[in-house]
Amino acid sequence: MPDDDAIRCDACPVLCYIKPGRLGACDRYGNRDGQLVRVDPHVVLDRALARGASVVPFLEREQEWDGNIVGAPKTFVTAIGAGTTYPDYKPAPFIISSEVEGVDMVTVVTEGIFSYCGVKVKIDTDRHLGPECNLVRAQGEAVGHVTTGEYGSQMLSLGGVRHLTGGSRREGTVTCNTLLNLCNGKAVELKVDEGAAVVVQAGKPPIIDDVLEERMRVGCGSATIGMFAKQWYGKVDEVVVVDDHITGVLSEHQAGKLLGVPETGIKIKGRRSTPGRYFQVAEPGTAWGGTNIEDPLAILEPFKAKMAWPGLRLLMVSTTGEHHAYFELDEKLRPVSKDLPATLSESVARIKENCEPALCTVLFMGGAGGSLRAGVTENPVRLTHSVRDALTRVTCGGAPVYIWPGGGITFMVDVSRMPENAFGYVPTPALVAPIEFTLKLQDYADLGGYMDHVRALASIMPEEGHRHVSARPDNPWPLYPAKTPESQS
Amino acid sequence: MRERAEIRLLPDGRRLYMHDGPIDVILEAFGTTSQIISAYDAAANRFVSVLDELCGELWILRQPLTADSRRPAGTVAKRMATAVAPYAARTFITPMAAVAGAVAEEILAAMTGAAHLERAYVNDGGDIALHLEPSQQFVVGMIDRPDRASLFGTAVLEATQPVRGIATSGWRGRSFSLGIADAVTVLADQAAMADAAATIIANAVDLPEHPNVFRVRARDVAPDNDLGDHLVTQGVGDLTAQEIGTALGGGETLARTLLTEGFIRAAALHLRGQTRIVGFPLHSNTLGNHAGDRSLVHA
Repeated sequence: MPDDDAIRCDACPVLCYIKPGRLGACDRYGNRDGQLVRVDPHVVLDRALARGASVVPFLEREQEWDGNIVGAPKTFVTAIGAGTTYPDYKPAPFIISSEVEGVDMVTVVTEGIFSYCGVKVKIDTDRHLGPECNLVRAQGEAVGHVTTGEYGSQMLSLGGVRHLTGGSRREGTVTCNTLLNLCNGKAVELKVDEGAAVVVQAGKPPIIDDVLEERMRVGCGSATIGMFAKQWYGKVDEVVVVDDHITGVLSEHQAGKLLGVPETGIKIKGRRSTPGRYFQVAEPGTAWGGTNIEDPLAILEPFKAKMAWPGLRLLMVSTTGEHHAYFELDEKLRPVSKDLPATLSESVARIKENCEPALCTVLFMGGAGGSLRAGVTENPVRLTHSVRDALTRVTCGGAPVYIWPGGGITFMVDVSRMPENAFGYVPTPALVAPIEFTLKLQDYADLGGYMDHVRALASIMPEEGHRHVSARPDNPWPLYPAKTPESQS
Repeated sequence: MRERAEIRLLPDGRRLYMHDGPIDVILEAFGTTSQIISAYDAAANRFVSVLDELCGELWILRQPLTADSRRPAGTVAKRMATAVAPYAARTFITPMAAVAGAVAEEILAAMTGAAHLERAYVNDGGDIALHLEPSQQFVVGMIDRPDRASLFGTAVLEATQPVRGIATSGWRGRSFSLGIADAVTVLADQAAMADAAATIIANAVDLPEHPNVFRVRARDVAPDNDLGDHLVTQGVGDLTAQEIGTALGGGETLARTLLTEGFIRAAALHLRGQTRIVGFPLHSNTLGNHAGDRSLVHA
């Protein structure tokens, strides 16, 4: 049947013979001068399918090889755009072999469909975003909740199976869309019930109630007193570091006592913890030091007349140095606002300087379920064991992942280390994330891999429809052999 | 390299798009959210193996259907063979003539089997399978040239009518045609039936031996096509109004026969701006604002 000049297309099982200058039955693949090429998709569909070109991107290493691995291939095939193994019994779309250090390595490349997945968002801010456990909404739909406050940061937990598939259709769709945008590095506006509106974008500072957060606090109010007490000593009589968590007072704080700072008769509202440390000086908010106060004097009771003195110098500053005010007491021991003396502005600037840039960071977290693993091996649990035993390296779009200990393959990945637009979705709704398993060819055979589907890296290199992207120099090269249990110990 | 089936929601968030090899399906279900989700899951689950099943029997499906030819085993393939069987005695036809309609039917059956839907459509490259609960309806837009999207009319399909399948065939479409029709749209009780009927009616819109019709052997263009040595239309030059009428007349006669025999419910035949309507529910309300598009074709 085949003519001499027709070529056989193996893009799908129809296996069309295509004459030169002609297209196959799909109108997608054609014979151009004897070469099988993918042409633009059907124009009608092209308009409908704004996103999601089926391409297989590569990571191409630009930097000089560090000599760690002799002759290691410089191309790693990521799973982005590889397609999925849905409904799972089929072998993964790409199983690619490449030689590293004389050992045949196999990378099994697939796009996993994760209905059990979510993102953990860390927002560097002291501002109060909302009470713990309160719902976080996008477009009015519940997409997650406020979880713990960490040092200088507020954590949000978004997504998860309950929001993706446990609520209304719209809730699931909005959640999926929110996760997709966050994972693909796009900005998303979130609203916390009884809290703030936050614009979150991976690797960018948060925008909280329309204010760009620039800096993380250097420490809590008490820690700030400890760090800067020496620099203040002699230049000012009293310092209050306003903080929603622990407000610090120099003259009462251990650091001030050790320096011999005299008592000033200052009285702070709020609950005293230990000397010089106060909880709950105000309500949480987005003003001074993550409190709701605009006027710092609001947290002060009148000075004790027996101890305070006219002319007493008082510095009030927030934990980021962003807010500060300087007062001197008049004859009636009332604080009067004055310009900040140059000697003190230096220390305020230093607080600022010691605050790191505030960022939003987004970790994608998903579990590679039994179904996805079946695309890698006929005996899925062996893959889990292999990952556990560190014989198999898991990467996500070429980026390193953290495998959470315990059962299954639950991993986290910093989305900012992945190539652009690495994530997709399916209408379940669920996220589609690339996942690659790299292991020795022999180990792959041992765990029941699809050996007859293994292809040499070189065999897919010349084909069209691949996007080459540069590897991030700060990511470990995915083909670097996974550690053996012996080498770890 | 075997590409994987691609299954995505379209950007409107409502319609599901599925692609595998030469199959492109756009579908939409209407009902409660949970039922729609179940239906889409069922559609996706069914879809991923359809192409492999068909290709496993492709050599059978590409043979003309005769009394003693081998019958295929797959569910989609059986739908194809059943749909073309009534025509095997009177004309050349292979089960491939009904492949798109049969796939649409199969996916729709998977959806309605898994979920309670008010209505649903599965559109496989223009061949459409429909589901309608009582009192529901679909408004179907029709184009007379598959290569140009301009509506020439609409058909309202009510649940009380038996029509659950729509198919269009013509030489400008993705498949080869033996005739010269720009488009023949057929309404029938099932999508595969409509697909098969549209194919043979479009083949019957013809001017055999006409010097202005450019034809080639199918195998010279596509070596493994099911039409083999048959001449397929590659271009149509100038035709007189009378010739157009003669060609359409051939198709219309066949369409009326199929209507009488109960294989189709309606058909609309198009060639060079002339239209013939056969059957009941078509409201061919020519849309004036599209006249500009159609004037490119001299009438």
